[in-house]
Amino acid sequence: MDRPLRKRARSKLNYVVRLVALASTLLLSACISADAPMNYLYPEGPRAIQADRLWDVTFGIAAFVFIAVEGGLIFILFKYREGKAHGSPRQIEGHTKFELIWTAIPAVILTGIAFMTVPVIFDQAREPADALQVEVIGHQWWWEYKYDNGVVTANELHIPTDRPVYLTLKSVDVIHSYWIPKLAGKQDVVPGRINHMTIEATKPGEYLGQCAEYCGLSHANMRAKAIAHEPADFDQWVADQLEDAASDASVQEGEDLFMTGVFADGQMCVACHAVQGSDAAGIVGPNLTHVGSRTRFAGSMFEMNEENLKAWLNDPPELKPGSKMPQLNLTDEQIDDLTAYLLSLK
Amino acid sequence: MAMVTTPTPWFLRRPKASHGIWSWVTTVDHKRIGIMYGYTAFVFFILGGLEALLIRAQLATPEGKLISADLYNQLFTTHGVTMIFLVVMPMGAAFFNYFIPLMIGARDVAFPRLNSLSYWVFLFGGLFLYSSWFFGGAPDGGWFGYAPLSSSAGFLPGDHRIDFYALGLQILGVASIVASANFITTILNMRAPGMKLMKMPVFIWMSLVVNFLLLFAMPVIAVALFFMTFDRTFGALFFAPAGGGDPILWQHLFWLFGHPEVYILILPAMGIVSEILPVFSRKPLFGYSFVVFSGAAIGFMGWGVWAHHMFTVGLGPAANSAFAVSTMFIAVPTGVKIFNWMATMAGGSLKFKTPMLFSIGFIAMFIIGGLSGVTHSIVPHDAQQQDTYYIVAHFHYVLFGGAIIGLFGGLYFWFPKIYGKMMDERLGKIHFWMMLIGFNMTFGPFHILGLKGMPRRYYTYQAGLGWEMWNMLSTVGAFLIAASTLVFMHNWVKSKRKGEIAGNDPWDARTLEWTIPSPPPEYNFAVIPTVTERDDFWHRKYKEDKKGRPVPVPVGGSEEHSEDAEHDAGHGIHMPSPSYFPLVAAIGMPVAGFAVILHSWPLGIVGTVITLAGFYGWVLEPATAEEH
Amino acid sequence: MHDATVEETHAEHDPHATYTGLDNVKLAMWAFLGSECLFFGALIASHLLYRNRTGTGPTRHDVYDIPYTSVSSFVLLMSSLTMVLALAAIQRGDHRKLRIWLLATSLLGASFIGGQFFEFTEFVHKGLTLQTSPFGSSFFVLTGFHGTHVAIGILMLLTMYTLSKLGKLDPFSEGAKKVEMVGLYWHFVDIIWIVIFTVVYLFP
Repeated sequence: MDRPLRKRARSKLNYVVRLVALASTLLLSACISADAPMNYLYPEGPRAIQADRLWDVTFGIAAFVFIAVEGGLIFILFKYREGKAHGSPRQIEGHTKFELIWTAIPAVILTGIAFMTVPVIFDQAREPADALQVEVIGHQWWWEYKYDNGVVTANELHIPTDRPVYLTLKSVDVIHSYWIPKLAGKQDVVPGRINHMTIEATKPGEYLGQCAEYCGLSHANMRAKAIAHEPADFDQWVADQLEDAASDASVQEGEDLFMTGVFADGQMCVACHAVQGSDAAGIVGPNLTHVGSRTRFAGSMFEMNEENLKAWLNDPPELKPGSKMPQLNLTDEQIDDLTAYLLSLK
Repeated sequence: MAMVTTPTPWFLRRPKASHGIWSWVTTVDHKRIGIMYGYTAFVFFILGGLEALLIRAQLATPEGKLISADLYNQLFTTHGVTMIFLVVMPMGAAFFNYFIPLMIGARDVAFPRLNSLSYWVFLFGGLFLYSSWFFGGAPDGGWFGYAPLSSSAGFLPGDHRIDFYALGLQILGVASIVASANFITTILNMRAPGMKLMKMPVFIWMSLVVNFLLLFAMPVIAVALFFMTFDRTFGALFFAPAGGGDPILWQHLFWLFGHPEVYILILPAMGIVSEILPVFSRKPLFGYSFVVFSGAAIGFMGWGVWAHHMFTVGLGPAANSAFAVSTMFIAVPTGVKIFNWMATMAGGSLKFKTPMLFSIGFIAMFIIGGLSGVTHSIVPHDAQQQDTYYIVAHFHYVLFGGAIIGLFGGLYFWFPKIYGKMMDERLGKIHFWMMLIGFNMTFGPFHILGLKGMPRRYYTYQAGLGWEMWNMLSTVGAFLIAASTLVFMHNWVKSKRKGEIAGNDPWDARTLEWTIPSPPPEYNFAVIPTVTERDDFWHRKYKEDKKGRPVPVPVGGSEEHSEDAEHDAGHGIHMPSPSYFPLVAAIGMPVAGFAVILHSWPLGIVGTVITLAGFYGWVLEPATAEEH
Repeated sequence: MHDATVEETHAEHDPHATYTGLDNVKLAMWAFLGSECLFFGALIASHLLYRNRTGTGPTRHDVYDIPYTSVSSFVLLMSSLTMVLALAAIQRGDHRKLRIWLLATSLLGASFIGGQFFEFTEFVHKGLTLQTSPFGSSFFVLTGFHGTHVAIGILMLLTMYTLSKLGKLDPFSEGAKKVEMVGLYWHFVDIIWIVIFTVVYLFP
């Protein structure tokens, strides 16, 4: 093959590669539209974007190999089907040069992928400078967050934009896995071990997440959400959260029930839940100091509103299988009072 | 030698039934044991499939209300355990049993009674696992049984579900280890004269690799399961974080077993496909030695990739990088196999009979599973994929699109040998296309669901996440697979009753099992063959012309001759006598399992005594039935 | 009396029938012992991971009595010698000596188990149980499984003894082969103990 011809062949190959990559990307994006809130092929955080770039390259290569090999297979099936006058096939036992070629080519491609991947692995493991520090604690089946500035909250992780957030992951019971797909890949939350991960959002907004490691009955109901704010809004949120719970005379019955009520089997709200600025200091369940300001509750299963909260208090295990919050056999009146009180905790 | 001075006591006399149920219960014939393995595995395939259908029915729509969270967790756990330990592994064992002796020119396996023991232990292990449904529920900790969820009490509902898992897998492990020692000995020691290692059929090579993997992998999970049982039953602290134990140790032990296990599941199918392709291409396997060595390389490298199941555990960037690289490179020998299979077909004269279709389907689907496997090795993105349906898609393409489809190919290929009749081609092709389409419809969407963030092991999901359509499509596909299985069953039953007579060699095939009648006589070979070539039977039938094309050896050649010899020589061959004792020894094991669950020492002693009695009877029973 | 294992080896008719030249039973035994290596390997590795995880319970320096365990290890080591003598006896066709040495081997093995039982009791008195710490759990499970292997070995030795006594142990090659297999297993269990003793007890 003379030089220009080879060049032309190469540019032709280049063209085919690009065409294949384009076609497969189009196909994939047709299937994977951006409207899915957990879709990690449309990442929003720097770490998720970094991972996604690796994917784009690898997927492109894989798509090309897929088309080449499956295409080759189909070609062989047509060309050598019985009855196409080839006569009796020659009995070829093998060909060492071919063998070496098709051992070497995948090895070279994979070496390339390895060189691309390993630096990113190390890069993502580093603790970023000037990060907001948050401890994430996995419980069957909800997430607890403890900020280095003293805020304690549940299920919804509030973060400032454009600042890395370094999460310290702990579990009080079984293995969970913390995952906000659009912001970063997941990291397991292992009892007896401490893991870390970094997440970061560039745009304000809500990012959905879930527990990704099977953790028992309500694994599917252990949802999470990260809410990114502009830095100033975030500071305001922190200031609000650090305030004690407001006491409101209009919900006094509910507050009394919450603080002193004894329900089925001697259960009390304050045995499990804390409300900052009151005597309630339970640590088993979510801290409820500002529960009324959250958008969802019960492992982010339900939207926070009066109707849902009443239904929940009526029978938690019915709504969330295995719920550690027991059936308290509350009367309708008690439910109304408690709901009013909880919603007042903004 | 028989210096019998005292008559053998009645309980030691060897059973003599040659027909009916007792002949099957006491059989030590590798072919019958293979058939029992196959049917048992198929029954479990139906059960595991029904579990899958329930799962798919629940997930067809968001907020599905068909089954509860509790039942769902039992179903996905049992589905995984069933398909791996009670379907693909024993189906592989069925082929090992039936065809290893036939393909190496032996009359039986090295230890016929141990072989029967393996089967009964496997059967009782499976029944033990399934009995959990009647004693408070089936295991619900996932097939991977992660600690401390599974190893400590109180995190899952039900007191003994996980005990059934731990003890059931332990019993199944005994069956696997016994069988692997047996098959390794058979392959290494009992080949026909002249069948050097590099003249063995590729299926035999893959069987050898699989059985070495079993031999070395099963004890590792045995240790992990013992730890789990000690934690659960005797208050040990192996995996209890509160007591200082490390739940990650379970993961290391489990995946150190679990990754070789993946190759245990896939290599038998690779071996089968490597036998089928040359027959229907009328060409020898391309690059035999590369296919063999890549199989062995997969067997070795399979021990060095286990932590790729643990990229999100927090092992640190160095370990993650090392396992990422080893994982990428295990794709190389796999790729070698695929290219060699394609090169086998290239230049051939391809006959698209049903076994061939399944083999081609295997290659086409395995390519997809292999490529998605490579994408898992880019660790930062695996942290996204891990525990999503993208992973579920990957391993179904490898284990269903690969292993199951390959095993179906084997069933179509060897059915004529086993029953002496042909399977219906038309129904076979309907089965193939329905299954292939159903399979891709079920598991193809999983890729997309996974990339859209749908996690595994969720009994329910919300609307509005972009998952609805793909889940519905997948559920429809699952029922199409179920329908295709019904076609297969119909074909099987119909062909067994009135299929066309097959004769010795219906496919014009290449290996020794096709030299003998179909179904084979009890003794397999009247005269142990002498092997001179790889694919010896082919070379007895065909010579090559100057261009390397096959030319039939003139009629009156070796084939007829050997058949005559069979009719003459068959009478003088003594085959091992049947025995009750493998069954007796096996019965003790589930009894001991129940003893652990019930914390009952007396029952434990009963189980141990039954097993010991079985073994003592085994040692003491005479070699043959007494003749009167 | 026809030996039950004969049927299972085609070697009976033709001594060169096995492809490797190794007897079937022996090859399978080696395979099984290879499997056992992984079993004990996993147990020992897990124990090494946990040897310092003692929590508030006793450490290995608190409980191990090296001179004591050295003696019991020596006893077990000696049983390998008597096992060799037993095999040599049956290979000569000397069944009386065979039984003596089988019995001696069993007794040495039983002393080892007795020693281990006493050691376990001591450890429990010192506050180390299965439930104390991961160190305790992994120690007792590892050495316990080894002890179980010794116990099964003793059972096999006594079975050989009884068969010989009843005249049901083929006086010639097949009987010797059975004793040899029991011996292989026995030596293996001894070697595993040497590894355990070195790695678990002596390794600082």
